[in-house]
Amino acid sequence: MMPFLLLVLLSAVAQLFLPWWSIALVAFGVCFWRSKTGWRAFGIGFSGIAVVWFVYAFLIHLQTDGILTGRMAELFFKTKTPVFLLLITPLLGGLTGGLAGLAGHQTRAVFTTKPE
Amino acid sequence: MKVLKALLSLLISIGVTVALNQPWGAIPALGRLLSPFEGFWQNAETAGYSSEQKISVKGAKEDVTILFDDLHVPHIFANNDYDAYFAQGYATARDRLWQMEFQTHAAAGRISELIGDRAVELDRYNRRLGMAYGAEKSLEGMSNDPVSKSVLEAYTAGINAYIDQLKPADYPIEYKLLGYAPEPWTPIKVAFLLKQMTQTLAAGADDVMMTNVRQQLGPSLTANLFPDYPFKEDPIIPVGTRWDFEPVKLPNPPPNTETDSSVALNWQSHDPGIGSNNWAVGPEKTATGYPILANDPHLTLSLPSIWYQVQLVTPTMNVYGVSLPGAPGVIIGFNKDVAWGVTNVGADVLDFYKIRFRDNRRQEYWHDEKWKPVRRRVETIRVKGKPAVVDTILYTHHGPVVYLPEDKPFRNNIPTGYAARWIAHEVDNGIKTFYLLNRAKTYDDYVTALSYYVAPAQNFVFANAAKDIAISPNGRFPLKWRDQGKFLLDGTKAANDWQGWIPAAQNPRVKNPPRGFVSSANQSSTDPTYPYYINWEFETTDRGMRINQRLTAMQNVTVDSLRHLQNDVYNHQASKFLPVLLPYIQGKDLSDPQKQALKTVRQWNYQQDTASVAGTIFVDWISRLEDGIWADDFPDNANRPLRYPNADRTLQLVTEEPTSRWFDNVQTPNRQETIQEIVTSSFRSAVDSLVKQHGPLGKTWAWADHKGTSVRHLIPGLDAFSALNVQIGGGRGIVNAAGRRAGPSWRMIVQTGPDVRAYGVFPGGQSGNPGSPYYLNMLETWRKGNLYELLYLKSVTEKSPRIQSTLQLTR
Repeated sequence: MMPFLLLVLLSAVAQLFLPWWSIALVAFGVCFWRSKTGWRAFGIGFSGIAVVWFVYAFLIHLQTDGILTGRMAELFFKTKTPVFLLLITPLLGGLTGGLAGLAGHQTRAVFTTKPE
Repeated sequence: MKVLKALLSLLISIGVTVALNQPWGAIPALGRLLSPFEGFWQNAETAGYSSEQKISVKGAKEDVTILFDDLHVPHIFANNDYDAYFAQGYATARDRLWQMEFQTHAAAGRISELIGDRAVELDRYNRRLGMAYGAEKSLEGMSNDPVSKSVLEAYTAGINAYIDQLKPADYPIEYKLLGYAPEPWTPIKVAFLLKQMTQTLAAGADDVMMTNVRQQLGPSLTANLFPDYPFKEDPIIPVGTRWDFEPVKLPNPPPNTETDSSVALNWQSHDPGIGSNNWAVGPEKTATGYPILANDPHLTLSLPSIWYQVQLVTPTMNVYGVSLPGAPGVIIGFNKDVAWGVTNVGADVLDFYKIRFRDNRRQEYWHDEKWKPVRRRVETIRVKGKPAVVDTILYTHHGPVVYLPEDKPFRNNIPTGYAARWIAHEVDNGIKTFYLLNRAKTYDDYVTALSYYVAPAQNFVFANAAKDIAISPNGRFPLKWRDQGKFLLDGTKAANDWQGWIPAAQNPRVKNPPRGFVSSANQSSTDPTYPYYINWEFETTDRGMRINQRLTAMQNVTVDSLRHLQNDVYNHQASKFLPVLLPYIQGKDLSDPQKQALKTVRQWNYQQDTASVAGTIFVDWISRLEDGIWADDFPDNANRPLRYPNADRTLQLVTEEPTSRWFDNVQTPNRQETIQEIVTSSFRSAVDSLVKQHGPLGKTWAWADHKGTSVRHLIPGLDAFSALNVQIGGGRGIVNAAGRRAGPSWRMIVQTGPDVRAYGVFPGGQSGNPGSPYYLNMLETWRKGNLYELLYLKSVTEKSPRIQSTLQLTR
């Protein structure tokens, strides 16, 4: 739970100041610091970023009555429903975070002598 | 093994992240675009917020207060003029940055920088037309005037103060979709924007087609079919108005004005959907006893909205109206004393001269019995992802040689080996006109303001609280011999040059005419008694006649009765054609559906409303009728473009010359077709085609659905940001000119008087952001033909429940 919460917090703060791809750096760093297995690392990276992106996107969607979400959904998916957009956003962020988390874990493994 | 795994996972992670950080063809950088922290989500705006914001900006002289009302119109209160234009630049950029930059990029021939080599030919076309050359001349004109220069600098500084504060997350959404960033604003961009307007309104030309027509028909038939004054006309300056000036001597035409057109191509014609209405009703005809002024400019309906409403208040002015995003001041509007509006004149201010070069080096050209040097201007078109394209353009004293014989022109349309003489290449100071109008108090102020105006020539309508009304087709008009530039011109003869200008004071103008109103709808500026030549052909008079008939009949005119007139959908053209055409229809030749359609048309009241079926039939029929009469005589040929006589001449033909040879189809040598046959067969094919399109006659034939008015985003194909199939009546040639793509881009009515009241609407919204509640909020009001009261504040402290938020710009 600890790495997940840390990732949520750090990535959210980082993105206020840094470009979107800072999520990869943060996920990498957190999973480098602490993750049990590659799968767990991917899971933490994915869910940590996906949650942040989903919550923020969903809040924006609600606050703005979905005016833009509707238009963008039409642009991307030819439908007015924002569901796909609210799914693909965390999916994409999650994928970036997950892969970086996995890379963090694997990189750490190079430096640990203890066999897993 | 561990190292390998680590490397592999790193590689995948970096690979995916990098891939999501860059665009793939037309697909934008998805990671960046979808990030809620910097992607499109950041462009979503909240509805109905009220706020007080203080922003510290560099460049203002003193603090400025901007109040935003419930339509998101900025009301700018500044202590000096510089700050007002500074704040106008700031507020406009805040709502319209992408649009103002994109439009000026387009005018400057810089679209290739954004979308790559697809746009190179478009960019080359704009540059060859001399847009950059013209913009530099305009900038020169504005910079030579200390007032205009200061306005331009203030506006520029305001835009840049806004741009400087932006983080990538704040960029308008179009930047994020197309993957680029805003650049600093410069004064020449204002000039480019004004050039673009000139291109829209005063770059159409039929010279090549007319030259081909004359070669085919000879001069006298050409003059007969393409007359210099319409069969039916009600000119802008009422017939009988006296010209109270001593005209200057007209230049003499050369003995022989014949030219060939060695060119296979032709130029863009005037777009008949682009035009406008305006009028002012004098005090004796209004309910309040003070003049009322109305204006609705028709342009290609686009989003972000063409116009941006603004109120500018300083110690020297308090003006409200619409501005063009990218140009300082108010273009159409009012202040407490006066109101004004514009429609396009359609003067012939673009002519083509055939250039004879000395040799293939093209260093010199023959003119006025001398070899004269050709100037070269190098244009560098930067291309996204490709090396820049360098284009050398040849300039003669006429203007740029738009295309040379060996060039493959863009747009299938352009005379090769011809130099373009175009009003947009003149030094001008057009923003001064609006600067003065914004502060005008009297009729004389209006006349003075107009004298600075060059292009695109406009019919400036005027009304004031001192109970004057006036109208003037106004711009800088070349002094021409009659019909000069109706056809291509021989560029070697000095007599073909433009020889000075019609003196500004002698531009057509009328003040307080006896009929009690003035109006314009792009028809002929004057009757043939005006001593100068402006053009041989103007927009058809249908809108003008309808407006004048209604205004003549109206008494106790109010804002609301004029609002009804702006939304009038009476098809005047149909009312002229149908009584003539219907008796010629041979009923025995019709099928049952055709008979049914004929019955519908016979019962029509000429209202081209949303549900009208007869209107749909008429519009389709009339264009087939024109094809039926003229297509055999003026066949479509890409190598030798021709044009038909206009609808007015066609009306004259069917009305007065029913046995004319033009009804015979010359492609059927053994038969002699008659007017009955053409009228009947065109009607039948119109009905058959509509049945094919919409099924049996009924609701599916409704005019609004058939027409499909749309208001489209400037990026082609961006339907998600557009309004499609807007249910509105009217169309081309109708007072409510809402056509398929063009229509009333702003409707305004101003009741002058001791306490001015004004109303307006445009089909879109104040914000250019598709994520804003103010992007399309006015569309429905526009569609229904209603208007908003425009909030005209007297002072910054005036309390109005309509004020929603405050923005303070502090130093």
